[in-house]
Amino acid sequence: MSLSQIETEPGGLDPTAVPVAPGPAMVGRSPGRLAWERLRKNRTAVVSGWVMLFFVLLGVAAPLVELLYGIGPYEQFQDKIANNSLPLGYLGGVSGEHWFGLEPRLGRDVFIRLVYGLRTSLLIATSAALLTTAMGIVLGIVAGYLGGWIDAVISWVIDFALALPFLIFALAVMPTVTARFYGPRDDIDVPFRIAVMILLFAMFGWTGTARLVRGQVVSLREREFVEAARASGAGLWHILFRQLLPNLWAPILITFSLAVPGYITGEAALSFLGIGIVDPTPDFGVMISKSLEFIDGDPMYLIFSGTVIFLLVLAFNLFGDGLRDALDPKSSR
Amino acid sequence: MLRFLIKRMLLGTLTLFAVSLVAFGMFFMLPRDAVATMCEKNCNAERLERMRDELGLNDPLLDQYTGYVKGVFVGRDLGSAQGGWCDVPCLGYSYINNEEVSDIFARVIPVTLSIVIPAAILWLGLGIGLGMLSALKRGTVFDRLAIGFSLTGASMQLYFVGGILLIIFVYTLKILPPPRYVSLWESPLDWAAGLVLAWVALAFLFSAVYARLSRAQMLETLAEDYVRTARAKGLTKSKAYGRHALRAAITPIVTIAGLDVGGALGGTVITETTFGIQGLGRTAVEAVRLGDLSTIMATVLISAVFIVVANIVVDLLYAVIDPRVRLG
Repeated sequence: MSLSQIETEPGGLDPTAVPVAPGPAMVGRSPGRLAWERLRKNRTAVVSGWVMLFFVLLGVAAPLVELLYGIGPYEQFQDKIANNSLPLGYLGGVSGEHWFGLEPRLGRDVFIRLVYGLRTSLLIATSAALLTTAMGIVLGIVAGYLGGWIDAVISWVIDFALALPFLIFALAVMPTVTARFYGPRDDIDVPFRIAVMILLFAMFGWTGTARLVRGQVVSLREREFVEAARASGAGLWHILFRQLLPNLWAPILITFSLAVPGYITGEAALSFLGIGIVDPTPDFGVMISKSLEFIDGDPMYLIFSGTVIFLLVLAFNLFGDGLRDALDPKSSR
Repeated sequence: MLRFLIKRMLLGTLTLFAVSLVAFGMFFMLPRDAVATMCEKNCNAERLERMRDELGLNDPLLDQYTGYVKGVFVGRDLGSAQGGWCDVPCLGYSYINNEEVSDIFARVIPVTLSIVIPAAILWLGLGIGLGMLSALKRGTVFDRLAIGFSLTGASMQLYFVGGILLIIFVYTLKILPPPRYVSLWESPLDWAAGLVLAWVALAFLFSAVYARLSRAQMLETLAEDYVRTARAKGLTKSKAYGRHALRAAITPIVTIAGLDVGGALGGTVITETTFGIQGLGRTAVEAVRLGDLSTIMATVLISAVFIVVANIVVDLLYAVIDPRVRLG
């Protein structure tokens, strides 16, 4: 399943490594340490890890970037916009002052808006991933360990949630929930929108982790260490979260790291459709949906914003893959 | 076989029933007032109340739900405010478009089908073919290229791919008209020219995922003993791989393909929005924007129907592909 093996295979066949010299004495290494070393040897994972870190830092330090760059995300440069609402100059108004050009019509700086968009996107994606993973762990462990009717109910809910069309359902939920709290003419607060999106992802997203964890727990619960814990009078809480959970970190970490890019995509998609984040707040989905309006006259706007979200998702995906290979070497073929 | 089919259909109906309950409960328990959107001007409290009465919004929730379900199966009278009698697949009345929701669907479902079916053929062929080939040619340049494609493709966004295709083929090379829908029966050529970019964009993204999946599946199968046995007893490569291995490798892919196609039929929301084609997905987006509750509700139901049906089809296909699966 892994794609990074291309990078590791030549290493394995390295002719200089074939005659195994009586190497240094065997040193005991923990599984975590072994995984870390495998991860560090994987070039794709290392590079994508740095790119990922770069994006995260850029997003976190957005106000600092704004200070250094000298332009804010809401500043408009109307004097650099032509009458047909396209930016003046070449490539969508790229210049030393505006690195990625300007937005058509309003004339806001694309670069700084992308930096702040990164912040919005990462905030929603990581919170959603954390929440879904936590929910998935708890429900999966409980269903897997307790079995019986609790398991039956949770498993049915998982199957049911999979039968719901996410995007269509999201389309339906967003306005109804908003209408519950706001009147038709009210301005909707940005934090409220963000919270609803995170909850929406949580509602649908926990099923994947829960199913995975449940499967693992079903096979783990028959093992001796669990029996031993039970025999020595350990409580349910202790068995679930002290005995079982530590055995599950590897698959959980993998699903978490691959969930984040999924939510980045999902957040951008919802905002693209106009039901997530809305305009003045900087956001990838909003920018791309606006850029499609001007695709004929100013294609660079789409290309800049599209490339940034593509690289962001790619870096997270590649790193997630590398992490899986490192934590679960059997999965790489 | 028949017994299995009936069992699956019952289970599917149960799921649909649950979906409809959830959707109905969600819309009608929330205090959003459909009537207020219907009558924009000159509305006083008395008139609003009369309309609510006429629409049955003052009835108990259970009655409203049974009324809705009855409408779907036998049709019902919606009252003069909603165009009178509503024929059998009665999905309610759209106040915004002033027509029955089933009429809107009759118009937009062919559009979504025209996008999804050719795209699915393209992505399955391309994705599975690419994955299988790169598994057989493991480690070669071709394999690396295929891996690179599936990696980048899986991280691409539909609207970005769609936008780039638009920039290249419609606005720069000008060899394609702006995307639109023309009925296949009217002019097959215009039909294809108007939708080809949507097919390619969808196929690009999905085939990346399928290439990756089928490569992994094929590699796993090729390592199985029975494939080696088949080769050892003298079967040619094409027979051993094409017949024995392919069949086993393709089974899990069928499951995912079924779910994806079913999901896509329920509305290629992003594709349709990117290309500005009015199918089921875009109708749903517009219904949301305009607060057209009956249309949203019906879209949720119809897309759940597509997914449930796709699931049943997948189970049947399983029995055809995998002889170990016994239906019953």
